[in-house]
Amino acid sequence: MRTLFNKVLVERAKKDKRIYMILADIGYGEIEPFREAFPERWYNCGVAEQNMTGVACGVAMEGNIAITYSIANFPTLRCLEQIRNDVCYHNVNVKVVIIGGGLAYGALGVSHQATEDIAIMRALPNMVVFCPCDFAEAEAGVHAMLDYDGPFYYRCGYKKEPPVHDGPIKLKLGKSIQVRDGNDATIIFAGTIGNQVTPAAEALALQGINCRVISMHTVKPIDRKAIVAAAKETGAIITVEEHQLNGGLGGAVSEVLCDECVAPGKFLRLGLPDKYISKVGGHEWLLDQYGLSAPKIEKTVRNLLTK
Amino acid sequence: MAKSNAWVEECNDLALKVREHCLRMTHRGKSGHVGSMLSMAEILSVLYKRVLKVDPKQPKWAGRDRFILSKGHGGGAVYAVLTELGFFPEDWLQGYYRDEGRLMGHISHYVPGVEFSTGSLGHGLPVAVGMALAAKVAGKKHRVICLMSDGDCDEGSSWEALMFAAQHHLDNLTVVVDYNKVQALGHSKDVIDLEPFAKKMEDFHWAAKEVDGHDVVAIDAALKKLPFEKGKPSWLICHTIKGKGVSWMEDTVSCHYGCVNDAQLAKALKELGVE
Repeated sequence: MRTLFNKVLVERAKKDKRIYMILADIGYGEIEPFREAFPERWYNCGVAEQNMTGVACGVAMEGNIAITYSIANFPTLRCLEQIRNDVCYHNVNVKVVIIGGGLAYGALGVSHQATEDIAIMRALPNMVVFCPCDFAEAEAGVHAMLDYDGPFYYRCGYKKEPPVHDGPIKLKLGKSIQVRDGNDATIIFAGTIGNQVTPAAEALALQGINCRVISMHTVKPIDRKAIVAAAKETGAIITVEEHQLNGGLGGAVSEVLCDECVAPGKFLRLGLPDKYISKVGGHEWLLDQYGLSAPKIEKTVRNLLTK
Repeated sequence: MAKSNAWVEECNDLALKVREHCLRMTHRGKSGHVGSMLSMAEILSVLYKRVLKVDPKQPKWAGRDRFILSKGHGGGAVYAVLTELGFFPEDWLQGYYRDEGRLMGHISHYVPGVEFSTGSLGHGLPVAVGMALAAKVAGKKHRVICLMSDGDCDEGSSWEALMFAAQHHLDNLTVVVDYNKVQALGHSKDVIDLEPFAKKMEDFHWAAKEVDGHDVVAIDAALKKLPFEKGKPSWLICHTIKGKGVSWMEDTVSCHYGCVNDAQLAKALKELGVE
């Protein structure tokens, strides 16, 4: 997904001279085409994320679109106050892009696991929070991000994630996409964990449990209408996220359900526990360990709906 | 010392007016940071009277010089200058730091003429660097000037930014330091000693100068020709006195947070000769 992100970005930058990439010494093997094509709009700040974000803010305040880009927590938590005070308070056209949300860089350890980013980014006024699940959403998302005037958080995948959507999609920020329909429950996910959710939903369907599946690519502003409809029409909601349960997608969905007084009969949030990951392993293995692989999701949803 | 040119008198008058406004504003608002405002009165008066190209009638004019106050806690002094220049009505100062006021304690871009909001230190310079970079790329001629404090120079982000500025030869960028040598909990030499300050900046590939930050002629002379050196960003260290102009505040740590009571206001204004 990151390769696709960079490809689409370069295509857009050919047509739009306002687009700058401001980096902090991360992106080897991916960012070179932008650097070669637009050296006057490509800057490496060195290992200095606070300055990366401040410089991006200054560049964008001069009428440009500045992309900050790094992996996991580096362009978010390391420079959170710059994102809050400089970018969001001034409502500046800076796009904060992370590669590898959740447990993507699993075996690298806790420092490289972005497991609180959605909660923190969605707490910031003016910030859009976007988590594409597959290449279709990722590509459409780059265009949506660049067409949107203001702070934007883009949680990008890091590998060749399998497709979640069967065919072409129409992506609109703040409007979720229904991946499959069903009446027994609704599973809402955000981001690349979607490629664990969809096989789980297909397996459940073979057992006679038909779940509606929704890709909530924009966690902020969230699609309130789709959540309310899911609660009313299917009576059960399960959220799945590759993120801590505190304040993430599940939290955002529960806020809507309570605000709208439409609590479904059954509700469950699947995500990471309120502790740092202690197990060592690759992405897929860790997902399974924490109950977020397709078979584990399938089992958990089945238990919830049949008990 | 100051020659008796008209502009010198104007700058000194404006600095005095800034001091008076700041004392009255912090007294009304029962707020702190007055010492940090008093130390930069002459710097601001020279910047706004002699250096910065700004237009009170068009605060967002595209060709304006960009001025960022990175020591946002001293924002009251900038508000005072802006109102004197006609950016907004003087009665706005009445609401500084008060209920239903328009001027928050730390400088805010909600106020006409303010380029950028700060308040947490170490934020101004990176943004100024970004603005200077974008101006260079676009071939624009305006300058970017960032006013910093001692405490600002403790922040790692300031050093990240100043290394980047030198790396990219941003000679359209100037930093002015209100080097009053006192920060929140002590004298800066006892907290984080910045000396040898000018040499340090030269070693970091900036062109550095030092002046008496209360001498408007000296500040003006230093900033008359920018950049100090082609291909390098400019770093002007203004040696100042925290709380300058009010005898019992000068060079004290207490005037960083301390409020001015009724008796102190009267005494301070008397010392300034503006009672």
